[in-house]
Amino acid sequence: MKNHISNTATLIFSLLSGLIFGIGLILAGMANPAKVLAFLDVAGLWDPSLGLVMAGAIGVALIAFAIAKRRNLSYLGLSIQLPSNRIIDKRLVLGSMAFGVGWGLAGICPGPAFVLLGTGSGKSIIFVIAMIAGMGLYELFESSGKPGHKNK
Amino acid sequence: MCAACFHFIAELNLMLIDWNNFTPWTALAGGALIGVASAIFVLFNGRIAGIAGILGGLLRPKLRDIGWRLAFITGLITAPFAWLLFAPLPDIQIEASNTLLAAAGLIVGIGTRYGSGCTSGHGVCGISRLSPRSIIATLAFMATGVITVYAVRHVLGA
Repeated sequence: MKNHISNTATLIFSLLSGLIFGIGLILAGMANPAKVLAFLDVAGLWDPSLGLVMAGAIGVALIAFAIAKRRNLSYLGLSIQLPSNRIIDKRLVLGSMAFGVGWGLAGICPGPAFVLLGTGSGKSIIFVIAMIAGMGLYELFESSGKPGHKNK
Repeated sequence: MCAACFHFIAELNLMLIDWNNFTPWTALAGGALIGVASAIFVLFNGRIAGIAGILGGLLRPKLRDIGWRLAFITGLITAPFAWLLFAPLPDIQIEASNTLLAAAGLIVGIGTRYGSGCTSGHGVCGISRLSPRSIIATLAFMATGVITVYAVRHVLGA
């Protein structure tokens, strides 16, 4: 029974986090690909707004993670799972560099992609399907490659 | 050396800020909300609010993980509906063509999984955890993002 309750709570808090996250993206302007591209276009007419989005988000999250690091269990009694990998390798750097290229081409990263989907934008459906396909390709490469290669 | 590089530096020296579209307060407030969402997620669910990771995990599903992953993504998708209860949606413009969107999506999908994170997982949560890996990852995708936009807009002239 206790398990059942905490499962429901987990779903509610996930939904709530996603919802607040999405509203934050809309308010911040990150759900507008044109504004994201204007931020990345430092050589054009530069819109620095999204730097402040990062600052606002990190300002709040810093406190939360400082608390989380000192706890083993969450407020719902779940184990707090923070990544333990400390190795800076080719996968991390090249993968992130590739992500930046895709981000720069469309001005869309994974979070805003789903918010855009919710606005009913037909174009965002193409992006989301392609993004899921890309992640599927990654799984294929991984499962055909070294067995047991740990990913976060 | 490449002429484009010199051109790039020359343009940087003349950096022009788009004051008309600069929205510092909504950017900070929206960012703070993103921080609050990440805080709730780690303090209650014990997880990193990294969208690429949350989505990617659905492609190697563990039965007990499917629910909360879908719930988080459902939250993101319903955000515009919640917003519309109080105000009209702000301006949203997708300039990229369908082909470009498909290519970009594919690269974002592969890249974020190889790099173990995106703007949320590395850029917000990772930096807030003071993770060196995430700081490096954020610098890497910011750099290639800037270079890509520069190449598309100022070299190819699209």
